[in-house]
Amino acid sequence: MDIHEYQAKEILSGFGVEVPPGALAYSPEQAAYRAREIGGDRWIVKAQVHAGGRGKAGGVKMCEDDHAIQKACEDMFGQKLVTHQTGPEGKGIYRVYVEGAVPIEHEFYLGFVMDRSSQRVMIVASAEGGMEIEEISAEKPDSIVRSTVEPAVGLQEFQAREIAFALGVEAGLVSQMVRTLMGCYRAFSELDATMVEINPLVVTGDDRIIALDAKMTFDDNALFRHPQVAELRDKSQEDPRESRAADRGLSYVGLDGNIGCIVNGAGLAMATMDTIMLAGGQPANFLDIGGGATPERVAKAFRLVMSDKNVQAVLVNIFAGINRCDWVAEGVVQALKEVQVDVPVIVRLAGTNVEEGQKILAKSGLPIIRANTLMEAAERAVGAWRNDLSQATRMRAVT
Amino acid sequence: MSILLDRDTKVIVQGITGRMARFHTKDMLEYGTNVVGGVVPGKGGETVEGVPVFDTVKDAVEKTGAEASLVFVPPPFAADSIMEAADGGIRYCVCITDGIPAGDMIRVKRYMMRYPKERRMVLTGPNCAGTISPGKALLGIMPGHIYLPGNVGIIGRSGTLGYEAAAQLKELGLGVSTSVGIGGDPINGSSFRDILERFENDDDTAVICMIGEIGGPQEAEAADYIRDHVTKPVVAYVAGLTAPKGRTMGHAGAIISAFGESASEKVEILSNVGVTVAENPAVIGETVARVMGKAA
Repeated sequence: MDIHEYQAKEILSGFGVEVPPGALAYSPEQAAYRAREIGGDRWIVKAQVHAGGRGKAGGVKMCEDDHAIQKACEDMFGQKLVTHQTGPEGKGIYRVYVEGAVPIEHEFYLGFVMDRSSQRVMIVASAEGGMEIEEISAEKPDSIVRSTVEPAVGLQEFQAREIAFALGVEAGLVSQMVRTLMGCYRAFSELDATMVEINPLVVTGDDRIIALDAKMTFDDNALFRHPQVAELRDKSQEDPRESRAADRGLSYVGLDGNIGCIVNGAGLAMATMDTIMLAGGQPANFLDIGGGATPERVAKAFRLVMSDKNVQAVLVNIFAGINRCDWVAEGVVQALKEVQVDVPVIVRLAGTNVEEGQKILAKSGLPIIRANTLMEAAERAVGAWRNDLSQATRMRAVT
Repeated sequence: MSILLDRDTKVIVQGITGRMARFHTKDMLEYGTNVVGGVVPGKGGETVEGVPVFDTVKDAVEKTGAEASLVFVPPPFAADSIMEAADGGIRYCVCITDGIPAGDMIRVKRYMMRYPKERRMVLTGPNCAGTISPGKALLGIMPGHIYLPGNVGIIGRSGTLGYEAAAQLKELGLGVSTSVGIGGDPINGSSFRDILERFENDDDTAVICMIGEIGGPQEAEAADYIRDHVTKPVVAYVAGLTAPKGRTMGHAGAIISAFGESASEKVEILSNVGVTVAENPAVIGETVARVMGKAA
């Protein structure tokens, strides 16, 4: 789960990481008022969206008076910010964060990630802050300092000092840097984060080390023990279909294609999408309905897939292992009677009692296209979609 | 003897009184797995499917001589159960549980390191379907009847996609020595590399079939290991060609977040070390058959 910059900063400052003075606003007037409360003569207005690359996309504006703040906010509120991380649909701006500007002497990059190779938390830092880590690794790979944390004892101060010295932090600022690193690590491990990124972490003109930006991502599997973190979820930043799926215990990812997929198991779901592509089509979604494939879940899955207006055919691919194909088939039939599905439906069942399952589908009287193998299913789905499309075109030509 | 598990391996089920665990205990017993007991704190003295329940793993091991365990414990308590198994003298543990916090798994992995290598428990999973040596024993939730005994070793991150592969092999009359699910989580007990090493040294296995997916470094690490150490033919399929970058595809570990983690990059890395890659999931069986034909 992602959270907003202002939320990450609030959390990190609770762990001893210094952040600029700032306040949240829901309207241009409130933003101007917040700026006066903060004081000073220059402010940064930052769109709060769950994506990086905001600066280049116009989501971060430097302002020197009330008027400029209001103007910047008016340009942001209600708009979709499109950055290289959001996809073309962008993310809606409903909150802005106003911060007092700080004089920057130097910018660092600081990241904490779950390193899957060492199976430990890894700290990634660079003296070339301001750029994204992908750019740093491409352009200045030698500037990157890495350190992994021994999970039994956590991050040690000597490691933090080593990082500080390797980054060329001035001797007088090393203890501040150590405090920042230790604070980030504690926030990461105590709150079950999977990523903490401060970019840039800056040295100011008055010798302070401050997090100018902050990003945190949390382990969804650990939210049960951090209700205060779970509360920070902002559904306005999620794809509505994906939020709805998540609320119903289904794992769904929307894509650009037009063949909807309903599959049990994540690996098989990806494999089904791949097969659709190899058969000449494009999958509309990833959807794993889980091992069980009960009638209720199948019905929920149909509703979800059909809520995507681009869907022109639905491929159901269920490998019945412990459950049985006849039972899954009954579920599909029941779901199709409950849910209005006006596009071709292709069903491929495999595993236990497959013949009985096929019989149930055949006897249902529903226009279900059956397939035996994965490839056959994908080809029939693509074929049905093309057929449908050409029929639609013909009809349009006639009228 | 098969890798990890055999006909005589004594098995306990942690969390055996749960609905799913009962169901699969029955299924495993019917398959012939030597299930000798279960562990649920506070339920010691009860029986499930005719096997005794113990309060602790230590108790169960002492009274039954159990060597392997299957963890069916809910996510908040699963890491603790795996560590209890590691400390209780269990030699091989399969964890089925999906949804264990990654931070917990980091601690589990570290905890297991405290035992010297010869006494260290082997863990596969979490978030996997389990391990089966067809005709001998089943430690997990997979449908036993789709696996024929044979000499193909399967390693996979995904449950149902692994079933798909086994069913394709069966259709072609090909059997499996052992199929190991390493699970879909970002931090797992055993990697492709770990299981490749076991299959390479296993007399019952002639060909290895690995089923990978997007996300993480373990397919690439496997490629390095195959290049330097594996003499047996390896067939691979990698799921997720159509998966977008930066999105989690169902499995917590199925997310492309770094270079080399996409399906096409993994396919290339594996092809470069001589692995025969099945182009699509519908031809995994055929590809194995072709490679076996050449090897024979």
